[in-house]
Amino acid sequence: MTKVTLEVNGKSVSKEVPDHTLLSVFLRDNLNLTGTHVGCDTSQCGACVVHVNGKSIKSCSTLAADVEGSKVTTIEGLAKDGKLHPMQAAFKKTHGLQCGYCTPGMVMSAVDLLQTKKNPSDQEIREWLEGNICRCTGYQNIVAAVKEAATKM
Amino acid sequence: MASLVGSRVERKEDTRFLQGKGRYTADINIANQTYAVFVRSPHARAKIKSVDTSKALKSSGVVSVLTGKEIAEDKIGGLIAGWAIRSEDGSEMKVPGNPPLAKDVANFVGEPIAVVFAETLDEAKEGAEKVKVDYKVLKAVVDPADAMKSEAIHDGVDKNLCYDWLLGDRKAVDEAFSKADKIIKVDLINNRLVPNAMEPRACVVDYNTASEEITLYTTSQNPHLSRLVMSAFGNVAPENKLRVVAPDVGGGFGSKINVYNEEIVCSWASKKIERPIKWVAERTESFLTDTHGRDHITHAELAVTKDGKFLGFKNETIANLGAYARVFATVTPTYLFGPCATGVYVIPAAYSNVKAVYTNTAPVDAYRGAGRPEATYTIERLVEKAALELGMDKTEIRMKNFPTQFPFKQTLVHTVDSGDYVAGLEKAKQMADYAGFEARRKKSEANGKLRGIGVSSYFEACGIAPSAAVMSLGCGVGLWESAEVRFNPTGQISVFTGAHSHGQSHDTTFAQIAADELGVPMENIDVVHGDTDKGTFGMGTYGSRSLTVGGIAIVNACKKIIAKGKRVAAKMLEVNEDEIEFKDGEFVALKSNKKKTIGEVAFACYLPGQRDEMKSPIPEGDEPGLIESSFYDPPNFSFPAGSHICEVEIDPDTGNVKVEKYTAVDDFGRIVNPNIVEGQVHGGLAQGIGQALHENTQYDETGQLMTASYMDYTMPRADNFPDFNLGFTCTHATSNPLGVKGCGEAGAIASPPTVMNAVIDALGGQEISMPATAEKVWRACKAMKKSKAKAA
Amino acid sequence: MKTFNYHSPKDVKEATKLASSSSAFLAGGMTTIPSMKLGLATYKDVIDIKNIKKLSGIKVSGKTVMIGATTKHAEVAASKDVSKAIPALAKLAGNIGDAQVRNRGTIGGSISNNDPSACYPSACMALNAVIHTDKRKIEAEKFFTGMFETALKSGEIVEAVEFQIPEKADYQKHPNPASRYAIIGVFVAKHKKDVNVAVTGAKSCVYIDKDLSKKLSSNFSSSAIDGTEVKSSGMNSDMHASAEYRANLVSLYTKKAVEAC
Repeated sequence: MTKVTLEVNGKSVSKEVPDHTLLSVFLRDNLNLTGTHVGCDTSQCGACVVHVNGKSIKSCSTLAADVEGSKVTTIEGLAKDGKLHPMQAAFKKTHGLQCGYCTPGMVMSAVDLLQTKKNPSDQEIREWLEGNICRCTGYQNIVAAVKEAATKM
Repeated sequence: MASLVGSRVERKEDTRFLQGKGRYTADINIANQTYAVFVRSPHARAKIKSVDTSKALKSSGVVSVLTGKEIAEDKIGGLIAGWAIRSEDGSEMKVPGNPPLAKDVANFVGEPIAVVFAETLDEAKEGAEKVKVDYKVLKAVVDPADAMKSEAIHDGVDKNLCYDWLLGDRKAVDEAFSKADKIIKVDLINNRLVPNAMEPRACVVDYNTASEEITLYTTSQNPHLSRLVMSAFGNVAPENKLRVVAPDVGGGFGSKINVYNEEIVCSWASKKIERPIKWVAERTESFLTDTHGRDHITHAELAVTKDGKFLGFKNETIANLGAYARVFATVTPTYLFGPCATGVYVIPAAYSNVKAVYTNTAPVDAYRGAGRPEATYTIERLVEKAALELGMDKTEIRMKNFPTQFPFKQTLVHTVDSGDYVAGLEKAKQMADYAGFEARRKKSEANGKLRGIGVSSYFEACGIAPSAAVMSLGCGVGLWESAEVRFNPTGQISVFTGAHSHGQSHDTTFAQIAADELGVPMENIDVVHGDTDKGTFGMGTYGSRSLTVGGIAIVNACKKIIAKGKRVAAKMLEVNEDEIEFKDGEFVALKSNKKKTIGEVAFACYLPGQRDEMKSPIPEGDEPGLIESSFYDPPNFSFPAGSHICEVEIDPDTGNVKVEKYTAVDDFGRIVNPNIVEGQVHGGLAQGIGQALHENTQYDETGQLMTASYMDYTMPRADNFPDFNLGFTCTHATSNPLGVKGCGEAGAIASPPTVMNAVIDALGGQEISMPATAEKVWRACKAMKKSKAKAA
Repeated sequence: MKTFNYHSPKDVKEATKLASSSSAFLAGGMTTIPSMKLGLATYKDVIDIKNIKKLSGIKVSGKTVMIGATTKHAEVAASKDVSKAIPALAKLAGNIGDAQVRNRGTIGGSISNNDPSACYPSACMALNAVIHTDKRKIEAEKFFTGMFETALKSGEIVEAVEFQIPEKADYQKHPNPASRYAIIGVFVAKHKKDVNVAVTGAKSCVYIDKDLSKKLSSNFSSSAIDGTEVKSSGMNSDMHASAEYRANLVSLYTKKAVEAC
């Protein structure tokens, strides 16, 4: 067992967990933050993307112990004071989601893109989203959402 | 009040999904739950000689280990085929038993043999590794082309043949062919696909020892049907002691129609071990055991005159069912495929003959489009080839054979109520700048690239109906849909539907419809679905049926609310019922212009008495309350149609195919929410283009699934697609009061032939099979170069 | 995933002390963790080396670029120093996996794993890299010994990779459509005296194509290798690409790389 202390969505949390606990499991099972999803076993689908110290990573391929002391932001921590984050609002406006399963990872990945690059082109958005698989939308409205958010962020 | 139907309303469900507040099955935990891990066959075909659970039972944290023996002893039934198909010779189809846990024989890699329940997931996994199964490995039947010549894998299923089905008239077809100037022939493989909903299957079961009620939370497209099957065939629990909840479900695409082994086993076991159970599939388990889609081998012929008139059509298909026949498995390659294979054309004579075979692979069932993509691929490849061989323009030959009169009696089964195929194709040509293609082709050529254009015109039959018709064709259930509208005393409304949303946006679309009918803001309406304890029995969501069947049930229930409201309002306003008009949420007495809002009327319905000014408003013969329901059985299928045009550019050096332009013009009748409809088309196109260019499910000759993860199965990603260019022609359906047609599957139906026709056009007519992967295309380019060099 | 003991040593000495025949060093974990999840690998001890400060960072001196073992792909891709000294290396790093993999995956992890379809080994080979471990310096051509095999001894830690700055270089990759790993990747580097064409993905281990290298050494232009047949024998053949197709791609992408230099 190992003690993991993190700042998750602005709150400090500390839990004793088995050493092999993945960050995705820590968030879902230990903190009940079930907005972070798991869609594959090979780090490809991106449903589990969260931010660690401001950078997007795949929480299903990261040990909780490995990010000890970090600041973690999950989809639950994006809206502030009951107001959707511009990226969330953009996804809603452009119908960038259907079943909602890939959405949390997709949104977290897209937020990181706009932190990295302010006004990405369509092609840059599509390439950045390589690590996020969506089976519902055909991606078009997701790309539209990112562009919409880029005008607001 | 402006109509909500037709407007781009933002989705109600998004607020929760976007904040991580969706509640999917794997998000549910129940105190004291155990974790289930299944022991699965590593062999495609093997006799199970023995299963030794003793070591597993001693493993740390293991609560119980159950096998096929126990499930048989408890007389728990297996999985079923929901549609009885007869062979051409009149014999019944052959369907082997499919126990939830295999006891004697395993028939595909991944088939569950035993299950371990433990205190933690790690302990359950550890325990599962300690279950010792002694197998005698048998030679697997993998290739559907060889299945009929191979040893029978199921007792009593001669030649591995489930049925040999015929629809149409062979004699009339032979006659038509004898008059033809030319016979166009194609040999096609419709590649096997894995649906790959992003949410892996899961179930959580809670058994209440006091009420003896089982609650099953599961990833299902149709919880009511799951309950019915598990009660009637599975013998898991009586229907009134089984509650099935499908909460937020992360995509289905057909793969979550079926009741699966794991749901039956965990429900049964929860009662047996008196503990809650949680099971969540890993992605590879999903690959191995979710029902797959397509997998046809087709030879088809089209008889044509030299000026391009179609005379006759033949379709000989082998459909791979996989190891067992599941719920929609037997109807998908027959009634959902055969009748649609003549496409949007007037063809005087036609037949479809389908031989469905068993193989030692995962069961194949409905996948987005189910039968209709295979049908459209067959006819649209033929038509495109006919244009090429006759030297005709590919749109001209289509126009020439389109029906111009509606209703259109299609050759084999359907009578299409409405449509305008000419308008659709004209619009697509214009939007795609069809006329400018040659210039673009030359430009590509100048850059050393090959450019091709492909067209496909399709129709589909969705919202399968009516019940009487489908039952006469072998369906085991009626395909109606139910709705209940509860107008609560304080003005909020709950709309219960038997349909299920797993991405389709019912919370929004159905609220738009009900809001228009009832004249209330859609914020006042909650759409409730997915729980057998809430609302009436329903048939679920698949085959683009939710709006055309479930939506109409809601309209009808709302109309009953208004009818009762009128009676009550008349009483309240002290006029005759026929003097009341309902408009924009108000009941208006025509003469006096006195009004009661629908909210006031609803409130009155719950206060059937007299005090002060309130005067016993319930008319004689009416009961208190304002709740109405409807079971809607449509008179016919709905028939969306359209024409799509695709342009691809090929790099002959690498074989890479780039989709440069994709134009889709669809006719979905009246559109309730353009945002949502466009989203459905985008998603369908991505799956169809995925089938044409990227996705392929491959088994090796021993029946091992080679493409069992995203490392090897190509899931289309954002950079695989251009922006799609969508247009609509809206000829309203005449078969339902909203004039709507299904839209969920169209993209996946139309796009595979559109893309392949473009690829083959770029390759100068050289045929290649789906998926047109880079290497295949590179080889074709090499062959083309060679033959050109030879000709020169 | 099977249980293990997680360690986070602060220096190399402590890390090597913890190492045993049933331990693994963990850097980004982009291969190690999925392998453990899928049950392909199990360890008693997982030794996270990311908190060892000296293993991370980029240093450019006159002739070489030195990249610390736990430096992430995203850091290499974004490094102005690397982009200036060896733009092809920054480009390679910026195209490994996806954005999230690049935010975790490290150069040391990539080369120690030596996946036959990984990108970095080709850069090491073409750029005459020297692998610095806690015990010695190993030349790239001696470091990559076979499929998932390297010259590293049990408990030996890669500390940094030192690349020779070439006159010109480029990396071209044909990705596997599913996994997005390299079906083949070609790293072409023109040094003062000679040219190296390093190929990944094509065979069981990264290698230098001597024939192509030689021809380009005498004439660094894509026409110099026109008509040069790349033999498919010994190349990987799987459901994603046949040996013949791979051979075609190696020749094609070598030309592309030369033209992009």
